Amino acid sequence: MSDAPTTTPVIEARGLDLVFETADGPVHALKDVDLTIRKGDFVSFIGPSGCGKTTFLRVIADLEHPTGGTVTVNGMTPEAARKARAYGYVFQAAGLYPWRTIGGNIRLPLEIMGYSRAEQAERVARVLELVELSGFAKKYPWQLSGGMQQRASIARALAFDADILLMDEPFGALDEIVRDRLNEELLRLWHRTEKTIGFVTHSIPEAVYLSTRIVVMSPRPGRITDVIESPLPRERPLDIRDTPEFIEVAHRVREGLREGHGREE
Amino acid sequence: MTRSILPVLTVVTVILAIWYAACIPVNAQWTRDQAARAGVELTLRDIVADTLGQQRPRLPAPHQVAQELWASTWVEETQGRRGIVNTGTLSNRSLIFHGWVTLSATLLGFAMGTAMGLVLAIGIVHNRAMDRSVMPWAIASQTIPILALAPMIIVVLNAVGITGLIPKAIIAAYLSFFPVVVGMVKGLRAPDAMQLDLLRTYNASGPETLLKLRLPASMPYLFASLKIGIAASLVGIIVAELPTGAVSGLGARLLAGSYFGQTLQIWSALFAAAIVAASLVGLVGLVQRITLRRMGMAT
Ligand SMILES: Nc1ncnc2c1ncn2[C@@H]1O[C@H](COP(=O)(O)OP(=O)(O)OP(=O)(O)O)[C@@H](O)[C@H]1O
Ligand SMILES: [Mg+2]
Repeated sequence: MSDAPTTTPVIEARGLDLVFETADGPVHALKDVDLTIRKGDFVSFIGPSGCGKTTFLRVIADLEHPTGGTVTVNGMTPEAARKARAYGYVFQAAGLYPWRTIGGNIRLPLEIMGYSRAEQAERVARVLELVELSGFAKKYPWQLSGGMQQRASIARALAFDADILLMDEPFGALDEIVRDRLNEELLRLWHRTEKTIGFVTHSIPEAVYLSTRIVVMSPRPGRITDVIESPLPRERPLDIRDTPEFIEVAHRVREGLREGHGREE
Repeated sequence: MTRSILPVLTVVTVILAIWYAACIPVNAQWTRDQAARAGVELTLRDIVADTLGQQRPRLPAPHQVAQELWASTWVEETQGRRGIVNTGTLSNRSLIFHGWVTLSATLLGFAMGTAMGLVLAIGIVHNRAMDRSVMPWAIASQTIPILALAPMIIVVLNAVGITGLIPKAIIAAYLSFFPVVVGMVKGLRAPDAMQLDLLRTYNASGPETLLKLRLPASMPYLFASLKIGIAASLVGIIVAELPTGAVSGLGARLLAGSYFGQTLQIWSALFAAAIVAASLVGLVGLVQRITLRRMGMAT
């Protein structure tokens, strides 16, 4: 868990607390969360449902406001970072606008951020190629499969120059085979773009395959129980999942999850 | 399209049959009275024939209404002394003239009502105070019978020198803004939290959110509202033309017809109004289909 002194922290959470006031009383979604994410990290968040993974990502994105502690993103408050358009956010559902074509959907952030028309077209073409959807620019979302829609929503988050990518279970609804493909693609993308990625998942193999660090969380109140540095190399073919190192890390994640649960019962 | 023709024809046939059947007992009294006065015996066949062809029937038969419609549109304009062929202007006895008077006011009122409805809906969605204060008033406004309100509006506006199209259009707007407000408030709120959060991550402004998300998402709601709104607008105009001494418009024709017991004139004006309403709603539907298809949302 040692912070490498050479790399700068991109996201830093200190003593983060978040309590939702609901009709049936307060819900402690995050409690005393400390975490540093460094530049170029691929950090996965894993934990049982309701442990605050989404909430943590949303706090980073300034979509939720902590009730205690501090977060900084690129050294700024999350609000300042959001206004500086520091990150792209991929939601659990693709959430493409049905009245826009795939190209139009990817153009949406570019229009809002005031890119020129020529640059919009150039960037749309580039990110579509990045997610292997070239040729689908003029199709409407309903003409694409769920996996393709999810790829389009990733392309949308890549279209502008944010060096942080926050992804909330982007592949949760997809089948295993499509998921494997998209995982490979995502890793390649991460290499090429050198972005810092925060990634929420329910799948242990997915977390281990993708991440440089795995954050294990436990619920009620949501907190971090373990942070695992991956010993795997950055270059990862799919069959790395059969190596002893991979299985070893996966085992540790499973133990961490079980422990978090055990403390609960 | 062709598959719906048979059911439609069936329904039309049944309606016509009921209509014809109803004409006989409704108009028979007058036929019998006439026969009694003249001292002649009538067979059933005579009674049926007479009830379907009276000059001033209580209930005109379908073919009589059709004839009257034809006579007061095409025939009046092409052959009438005051028709457009002879004078270059529409005859004030033709339903084309009166229909146009009503239609133009309807369109103006509809445009005003739609604009007002849109502005109110955008205000309600964006402003907390308006959200809580406007809707009760909008609902209250619709609970007042327009029949009671229309003459007052016309009289008050006449008193301040506003006459002609505008007072009628205001009454139409008064009726047609409401469905637009209700539909558009729902439509502008149709985007889910995730779609709104997405724009928040782009730091999009309020107007950008309105333009790029809320308005496009509300299109299906808008068109549903517009269809109700344009029909309501037509009703408003006809009501406005009824009691105010207006001399032109389908409402005025209705009133004049009932004043002089001209049932044929009443019914042909009614049908003219129905045709105008159907065309307007159909037109909105056409625009809807074209718009939604261009937005990739055609069903
Ligand atoms: N807007 C909200 N209002 C009230 N409670 C909330 C809200 N959002 C989340 N919560 C609660 O906070 C807790 C954490 O929710 P969160 O969505 O972060 O969980 P999660 O780890 O993402 O779960 P999942 O894996 O099912 O997506 C849950 O108990 C949830 O009910
Ligand atoms: Mg979640």
